[in-house]
Amino acid sequence: MVAVTIWGSLRQFTDGKGQLEVDARTFKELLDRLSQDYPGLKPQIDRGVSLALDGRIYREAWFTEIGPKSEVVLMPYMAGG
Amino acid sequence: MAFDNAPKRVFKVVGTRPPRPDGVDKVTGRALYGADVSAPGMLMAHILRSPHAHAAIVSIDTSAAEALPGVKAVVTAADFAPQDDDFLRDVQDNCMARDKVLYDGHALAAVAATTPAIAKAALRLIKATYNALPHVTDVDAAMRADAPVVQEGRSLETVPDGMSPNVTSHCEFGHGDLAAGFAAADLIVERSFTTAATHQGYIEPHACLASMTPDGKADLWCCTQGQFNVRTLCAAMLGMEASQLRVTASEIGGGFGGKTTVFIEPVALALSRKSGRPVKIVMSRDEVFKATGPTVSSSIDVKIGMTSDGRITAAEAHLRYSGGAFPCGTVDMGAQAAFAAYDLSAVRTLGWNALTNRPKEAAYRAPGAPQAIYAVESVVDELCQKLGLDPLDVRLKNAARKGTKSSYGPTFDDIGLVATLEAAMAHPHYTAPLASGQGRGLSAGFWFNFGGNTCVSLNVNTDGTVGITEGNPDIGGSRAAISQMAAEELGISYDKIRTIIADTSSLGHNDVTDGSRVTFSVGLATIKAAQDAVAKMCSRAARIWGIDEDAVIWHDGAAMPAGPNAGKFPPMTLAEIAAVSFNTGGPIAGHYEFNADGAGVSFGVHLVDVEVDRETGATKVLRYTVFQDAGKAVHPSYVEGQMQGGAVQGIGWALNEEYIYGADGRLQNAGFLDYRVPVASDLPPIETVILEIPNPGHPYGVRGVGETPIVPPLAALSNAVSRAIGTRLNALPMSPPRILKALSKG
Amino acid sequence: MKSIHVSTTINGDAAEFICAPDESLLDVLRNRLGLTGAKEGCGTGDCGACSVMLDDRLVCACLVLGAEAEGATVGTIEGVANGDTLHPLQQSFIDHAALQCGICTPGIIVAAKALLEKNPDPTDTEVRYWLAGNLCRCTGYDKIIHAVQDAAQKMRSA
Repeated sequence: MVAVTIWGSLRQFTDGKGQLEVDARTFKELLDRLSQDYPGLKPQIDRGVSLALDGRIYREAWFTEIGPKSEVVLMPYMAGG
Repeated sequence: MAFDNAPKRVFKVVGTRPPRPDGVDKVTGRALYGADVSAPGMLMAHILRSPHAHAAIVSIDTSAAEALPGVKAVVTAADFAPQDDDFLRDVQDNCMARDKVLYDGHALAAVAATTPAIAKAALRLIKATYNALPHVTDVDAAMRADAPVVQEGRSLETVPDGMSPNVTSHCEFGHGDLAAGFAAADLIVERSFTTAATHQGYIEPHACLASMTPDGKADLWCCTQGQFNVRTLCAAMLGMEASQLRVTASEIGGGFGGKTTVFIEPVALALSRKSGRPVKIVMSRDEVFKATGPTVSSSIDVKIGMTSDGRITAAEAHLRYSGGAFPCGTVDMGAQAAFAAYDLSAVRTLGWNALTNRPKEAAYRAPGAPQAIYAVESVVDELCQKLGLDPLDVRLKNAARKGTKSSYGPTFDDIGLVATLEAAMAHPHYTAPLASGQGRGLSAGFWFNFGGNTCVSLNVNTDGTVGITEGNPDIGGSRAAISQMAAEELGISYDKIRTIIADTSSLGHNDVTDGSRVTFSVGLATIKAAQDAVAKMCSRAARIWGIDEDAVIWHDGAAMPAGPNAGKFPPMTLAEIAAVSFNTGGPIAGHYEFNADGAGVSFGVHLVDVEVDRETGATKVLRYTVFQDAGKAVHPSYVEGQMQGGAVQGIGWALNEEYIYGADGRLQNAGFLDYRVPVASDLPPIETVILEIPNPGHPYGVRGVGETPIVPPLAALSNAVSRAIGTRLNALPMSPPRILKALSKG
Repeated sequence: MKSIHVSTTINGDAAEFICAPDESLLDVLRNRLGLTGAKEGCGTGDCGACSVMLDDRLVCACLVLGAEAEGATVGTIEGVANGDTLHPLQQSFIDHAALQCGICTPGIIVAAKALLEKNPDPTDTEVRYWLAGNLCRCTGYDKIIHAVQDAAQKMRSA
């Protein structure tokens, strides 16, 4: 199980919870479980999210491994110029 | 991904300043940019653009245009494939309006003809009838319940019910107990700010040459920051497969984020398909301002509480951005970046995007961050002024550092903010005396920086030289930096290496040159490709010597036995191994493909001294110093160049540049005369101080640097001008009429 | 409109072309003569990317008619180097990293050359005001000023 921080405007779809316990070992598993357990999150996940794992940002790498003690923060998919 | 992060090492090539490979071509006029090529039988095209800020297209009758001698093709939205995906549909509808024109200058038809004059005459023969609609160009006005609706049904699930359909997204970030935080403050400042839309202002207008043949294959030459992205977008719009479309990036005359998408390229391809001939389109400067991608305009509220000894106890920002007539996610970036420089226990940012009848936003360096950080750094400065505290001391006291939980969620690893603040504190600029009428301002700034999809191929020629093929247009000197990193890794001289930029048929996908990603990602891939080639060369040497592969190492540009037990063989240089490559297995190459993560954030601090003329309201920039963390400056001249260039763009943004709309919703200043960018005589020298706090995610410690420098100037200038005139300003640009108005009030 | 036949000298060589009466010298150089070194950044004389010499005057080629080249001498970026030897300004721009995208570079080099021929020892301020008509969006002008001054110094001691 990993603890995932969800940003503020998504909490309306998680009963107001900012931190969720999710059974996942990789980025993809995490996204799939979140979409399953909290269908309100699915549209944002489908549009794209990035993952900050122990301070390092992963934009879209499915197989990124998440350990049980990792700091996991969901972020919007980043765009730049 | 795992890295063997080399400990701090002594570099031989990285960190030096060799000449760039495209230098001679550019100083002699030989370099070929977007508009510099032609093809036999080429047609010239022009685009019909809406004179209305908002209107329904009742009909477009192109028959008279098509009948004009010399006209070979006319296209409208009907000539493009229908799109299911919202994002693609928006890009396409922006290139050619479908049903409605959404801003002054929105394209709705295009003509290709044998001469430019005929194409222009043909435009006048197109009969377009419009039903003009009410328009809205101001972001706050667009959010009101009774605002004219730009597009229906575009609001995401995060937007509460009851808001205008123009509000397309909402976001919120932060943590902690705000109420408790504000209660603990000795002083709270609450202010509202507005920033006008600005344009990247690249000197080269968009230009392309498209050539499609009857078998459905096409070649496209264009100035772009990302030829692979152009391929993806154009292929979707033309209903083509990726392998059918080869896109070649020309040399590019500036991009800064504005050339990361398409405007004229799909139109040129459609005209070429219809006419059976090559079609060239070159935008005019007027078209560039009206119909490419300026920044968002913004309206921002910031509230910050501070103790009397300078500790921030709570911070809140509400950001209202408009990215023009199509939904835009830039406010998410601004909302995350706003308080990134601070270690806060209670912080919250809310963001909204609203549609307006303005062109579709494109990135401009760090999209969304300059506006938000301008507002935040202005309030922090006001608090410092009111509490009588030193602004750098306060930044240091509250600075984010390794272990800080950032305002956007993740905990920071090694970052360079404190180093840049301390460097600013120690610099003579900070304590230089100021005369009366002069003011000094500073601001911190930040950008995330990206990694992204990257492919590099490295080929060893039989004469011992090396060719590197990469896929990212060079907008700041990256070819030099990439050659340097390869030279470092291979242990050969810089001038033995030539780096070129491939077209889309010659290499795997590379993400756009944006996000300050090239020196980091392409550099990383180059290092890995070099290591791949080295492994192969060691293997060749091993076979030549008849020893085990594991017994060979690479050192100083040559293969050698790992130890005395491996055998007594003199080292074989890269050139020697290459010379016999045909005999030992064939040509030698290394390559690497990946989706890079682990880009390091880049912090910067800018210091500026100004003098304001109280009669004219004009601001003179007297002295400017940029401090920024580059992780490792591969080519210091090009890192300095990014710092100086970004700072000057920020100066223009702060003092003069803005999109001015009339009551009719039309852009009033679509040219360089009235859209006033900085010129040489406006500016002092821009001094640069590069800090190097290595990024743990890159073997040499590289951090992207290109975007951060545009962030601090806005507040640095605003703080300097506010202190110089004794009144706080809260709108950008601080053009002379606005300063005179503030002086007359205060 | 009837086309006009023009005889002129470009970068020291005799040249002839045909153009429309309302065609700019910039369009002639780029589209008829293949001299694409001068760039169109704005078409209205605001950016200087099309700077060329017309006789002894520094002009924006977008503001000059092709027909005005009749009997005149035109100098473009393509004529600044001496065969395969770069002009000190060109070398200095490379040495000082005074270009990033390079689109403004031809115009700035032509303009700077005109300055140094008039005033071989300008102050930084004089260089900045002379180049105020040449927009650069990439460099912030800092390294450009250094490059011009370094070239000026080398030319003075040559």
